[in-house]
Amino acid sequence: MKTIAESGRGAAIAGRSVPRLLRVIWKYKYRYLLIAPGLLYILIFKYGSLYGVSIAFLDYSPFLGITGSDWVGLKWFRVFWESPDFWKVTGNTIVISLMKIAFGMTPDIILALLLNEVGRSWFKRTIQTLTYMPHFLSWVIIYGILIAFLSPTSGLINFTLKEWGYQPVQFLTSNDWFRWIIIFSDIWKDIGWGAIIYLAALTAIDQQLYEAAKIDGAGRWKQTWHITLPGIRNVIVLLLILKMGTILDAGFTQIYAMYNPLVYDTADIIDTWVYRKGIIDNNFSLATAVGLFKSVIGLLLVLGANRLAKKFGDSGIW
Amino acid sequence: MRRSAGEIGFQTFNYIVLTLLGLVALFPVFYVLVVSLTPYIELVRNGGFVVFPKVVTFQAYAELLQDTKIMRALANSAYVTIVSTAIGVALSMMLAYGLSSRSMPGRNAILLLLLITMMFQGGMIPQYMLVKSLGLLNSYWALIFSGTVSVFNVLVMKSFIENLPQNLEEAALIDGSTEIGYLFKIVLPLSMPIIATISLFYAVSHWNSFFEAILYISDTGKHPLQAVLRSMLNTPDPSEMGDMTIVVPTESVKMAAVIISIIPVLVIYPFLQNYFTKGVLLGSVKG
Repeated sequence: MKTIAESGRGAAIAGRSVPRLLRVIWKYKYRYLLIAPGLLYILIFKYGSLYGVSIAFLDYSPFLGITGSDWVGLKWFRVFWESPDFWKVTGNTIVISLMKIAFGMTPDIILALLLNEVGRSWFKRTIQTLTYMPHFLSWVIIYGILIAFLSPTSGLINFTLKEWGYQPVQFLTSNDWFRWIIIFSDIWKDIGWGAIIYLAALTAIDQQLYEAAKIDGAGRWKQTWHITLPGIRNVIVLLLILKMGTILDAGFTQIYAMYNPLVYDTADIIDTWVYRKGIIDNNFSLATAVGLFKSVIGLLLVLGANRLAKKFGDSGIW
Repeated sequence: MRRSAGEIGFQTFNYIVLTLLGLVALFPVFYVLVVSLTPYIELVRNGGFVVFPKVVTFQAYAELLQDTKIMRALANSAYVTIVSTAIGVALSMMLAYGLSSRSMPGRNAILLLLLITMMFQGGMIPQYMLVKSLGLLNSYWALIFSGTVSVFNVLVMKSFIENLPQNLEEAALIDGSTEIGYLFKIVLPLSMPIIATISLFYAVSHWNSFFEAILYISDTGKHPLQAVLRSMLNTPDPSEMGDMTIVVPTESVKMAAVIISIIPVLVIYPFLQNYFTKGVLLGSVKG
């Protein structure tokens, strides 16, 4: 009896629920109207391009269009994997990303630790204002700044080298130097910005721990080692994992703004290669296939990174 | 409380290191400014290192002001930045407010649609083909509509609205206000700090973008300042060319152009910084 009564009630609710759902939707009509334009933008400009992804599997020609071009399956992926450029651009991408992680994270943490020890708030604010500022400069501007310092004819560093009797160094066209320029300009631009998240984590550490440590006679180094660093360990691990998730990015706009054909051997990354193959050489299908290859691996890395972050006890990014 | 010698030593060390880091952040921009104001002859004479030039000349800036290409690029940048920021902030705020109601049917599906775009995108070439098929190639609209709505910014705004006191909406509705009235009379005024912050972030990112112009706009007369600046920086030095009859921008003119593109960012930077140091943007993406 009970089950019949229950199922009867269920059916009655189901019968009522469609008009009720409509009533609920009607109640939110203004919200839907407000959402509509923004959603339309996302659908057109973020999802609209997904249709074009299909040309990765076609022998695309602009005259034949997507529907008229021949299906070639994984041909373009194989072309990329078998080309000597594959190892070069994938290698450059990963090496530059790893260098950015290896050399870029520690300065952010150190800046945050030093700022955290400052008692005078005007001083702290001043240093923060100065070190955050480069984050808001474009890569073209930073390229201009680099020229002021590194230009072989009129850069400050080369002027100085010449004054001291050395030969000028062609920093921006040298395969020995270019990656380091990428890394250091990246650190210069984002050291302050990167420190923000660590500073936030530092303020969350329980101050009583420091009081207790002081009573136990722990000095500043011991406090840093046993309280501060463990206190921000989760954030460090989380950021490290997230950075590993975007390892195939390496910073397209930065490299595009600063590179030149002479440094392709060390600085040509997947994205810059895709741009040249696709837009300059008009090989749309190959470029799209490589872009898709990168997006899929990137997605897997981000998802994997987030799972890993959750395993480390943090709640992940979403 | 007495401080130990080690403590004082550490504090001194800390202040010195931080001061140096502050100078490292500032000096490159300052040096570019000095180069733009110094006659090239004086630079060469002093081995490039001129901290306070003896002679200051605004000739480089005068040259730029007469350069119609640069002035046009400046106008292009201003136009695209203003229009795109206005559209972007309006759409983002509407999305954020709309999605801030937890009980709205379909809310989670729409949020998921937005979140997916943060993780997966079609790539440069499909995006180019999309812009082409929309007929926007070579049009300012290709620039205005790139990066107009950032999902990250929408989420930041949404969590700000969600953190407004919940009973405000009930009170407003009981007082006979419509939902639209509630949005305009209560939510918008209370959200001004986040609207200002997000506007500045949008404006800076549009002002700084250059690659979209190179990708979508072949008519360089429509290029924004950053794109024109990039090609200007890539012209060789006059001293390298040998042939002095060709008119090329000197180092000073290049650096003056860099300074002109920095100025708008530096002008709004203090306002920006005011907000993000308060932690408006931190931890708000989750949830």
